[in-house]
Amino acid sequence: MEKLVEVIDIKKHFPVRSGLLGKKQSVKAVDGVNFHIAKGEVLSLVGESGCGKSTTGRLVVRLLPLTGGRVIFDGADITDISEPNMRPKRKDMQMIFQDPYSSLNPRMKVKRLVSEPLLVHTDMDEAARHKRVEELLEVVGLPRGSINKYPHEFSGGQRQRIGIARAISVNPKLIVADEPVSALDVSVQSQVLNLLQDLQKDLGLTYLFISHNLSVVEHISDRICVMYLGKIAEVATRDQLYENPMHPYTKALLSAVPIPDPSKKRRRIILKGDIPSPVNPPAGCNFHTRCHECMDVCKHEPPQPKDVGNGHIVACHHHLC
Amino acid sequence: MQNEKVLELTNLRTQFITKDSTSTAVNGVSYHIKRGEVLGLVGESGCGKSVTALSIMRLFRDTPGRITGGAVMFGGRNITEISEREMAKIRGKEIAMIFQEPMSSLNPTMKIGKQLTEVILKHRHISVREAKELALDMLRQVGIPRAEQLMNEFPHQLSGGMNQRVMIAMGMSLNPSVLIADEPTTALDVTIQAQILELMKSINEEHGMSILLITHDLGVVAEMCHRVVVMYAGRVVEEADVHSLFAKPLHPYTHGLIDSTPVIGARIERLKSIRGNVPSLDNMPEGCVFGPRCDSFEDRCGREEPPVFHIEQQGVLRKCRCWTAESQSVGKD
Repeated sequence: MEKLVEVIDIKKHFPVRSGLLGKKQSVKAVDGVNFHIAKGEVLSLVGESGCGKSTTGRLVVRLLPLTGGRVIFDGADITDISEPNMRPKRKDMQMIFQDPYSSLNPRMKVKRLVSEPLLVHTDMDEAARHKRVEELLEVVGLPRGSINKYPHEFSGGQRQRIGIARAISVNPKLIVADEPVSALDVSVQSQVLNLLQDLQKDLGLTYLFISHNLSVVEHISDRICVMYLGKIAEVATRDQLYENPMHPYTKALLSAVPIPDPSKKRRRIILKGDIPSPVNPPAGCNFHTRCHECMDVCKHEPPQPKDVGNGHIVACHHHLC
Repeated sequence: MQNEKVLELTNLRTQFITKDSTSTAVNGVSYHIKRGEVLGLVGESGCGKSVTALSIMRLFRDTPGRITGGAVMFGGRNITEISEREMAKIRGKEIAMIFQEPMSSLNPTMKIGKQLTEVILKHRHISVREAKELALDMLRQVGIPRAEQLMNEFPHQLSGGMNQRVMIAMGMSLNPSVLIADEPTTALDVTIQAQILELMKSINEEHGMSILLITHDLGVVAEMCHRVVVMYAGRVVEEADVHSLFAKPLHPYTHGLIDSTPVIGARIERLKSIRGNVPSLDNMPEGCVFGPRCDSFEDRCGREEPPVFHIEQQGVLRKCRCWTAESQSVGKD
């Protein structure tokens, strides 16, 4: 198994100042995260709002500078390389965003939107680019006539297809998809998920898939990383995570998802309280304030992630012994 | 749950009329809510589910929306016809509503306590002190810790889940007979959603309050509702009790919707989907509005729009707007 991406202890702290002369504090959006993505794999980052999953995605493709840690991409350490040296690498890592409204320039026609990465990263001439855009539109299932239309002429699902066409235009190795189907209606969501799966198979892509939707994540992932307040709670393969979740947060998260089957009644773990602020995360295990299995040690000692077998990693005192 | 209908819509039509266009967001919608029932109203964006709720409440201020046909029966009266002054007495007191974005429904410049007491005082002739007591009591009932402190805080100081609890407390404070909840948990995280759903369930069970739950999430429907109305393109396409609906959906759209929802533990290779997109209001297809996306499409569907057929299954009445249901129908709307 060859690693395409490896992140080592990455951190992103955003400075904030509270009040007029308030003391300097920082939001620890990502605070010491480790994982890797194998070539051809779909790794998902799941968690609730503010857990740092989107920031992690942006750190991997270096859309944000790191506060600490290292990012290895395709064998090369890209942590400290300069922007001009980074640019050719960007061809290999593309992004798909949640809101296809705001990620497509409303004044550009589809042709321009999809061919822009080709303009930046290849030396194709106008005719070659046109041909390539036509091919791409066909691949993502948009009608031929789309090439001269503007984004507002499309529905949400079709717009997301434009975003996907743009992302795959330069044959990237990695695609970071940040909540790509969250803004779509279910009947359209499944069309886009199927398209993403087909493309991954056909083009041998590697995905970092970011989502809060655990049903979608189960459907698309090979492995899953559960994040809570900037840290990793659990990393496991899909089967390990959904059949044998170990972290109390993962268990609660899975039990909270409403199941569309009224004949199934489950025991649900209802977590107390709200997600704490990432400015002042709780001491000890950052989940202990809401944990239904909290012990004394959890309040003081942050648990270190531990491999409990077959690459199943859990950061919880219950699994440290 | 009783059989008494607390709210009934018959053939409701709501249109948005501007100088150059008229779009019909709700086109002949009929359904009712029984006392003590949680009725789910499902459908995808633009199907008209929220507009039917706004029509019930007559909340069209500053929009070109207008009820142009049909009736909303509540307490023996057609409330689409009563005066605005009469309606103001019903709104909030008899029928309360909570929205998807609790933040934008609360006044950002007013303390939570003030907002709650103001609503109470508007509808009830009690002293300010009594109103404050009641507000505090409501906040405790919806499971808000440190309720006293919270009375003196502003909405921006609270989380989304807490604000939604405040909205529910406000909705319940006047003890309405119907609570309309429009995507109440869509903006919330899944663990917070679980808390709010639990709260709404207990309100329904303990106070017997009828709830009209508007959502696009079939999981929420299965978990919460007794009966379900499915809408598509401004129309009701199916109505059934929740068990029958999921066990055997009759309308091809409902079928497609259930099949395209990924389910935890299902592990299917490939998700089913409904081809094409939802039609836009100003460009409705001829005949059945779902026709162009339907797998059971026949010639007739392209020419004639099907009525809502009534079907009886094991003594339970269901409704379905599809020609495929015609042969088993015992009546129609």
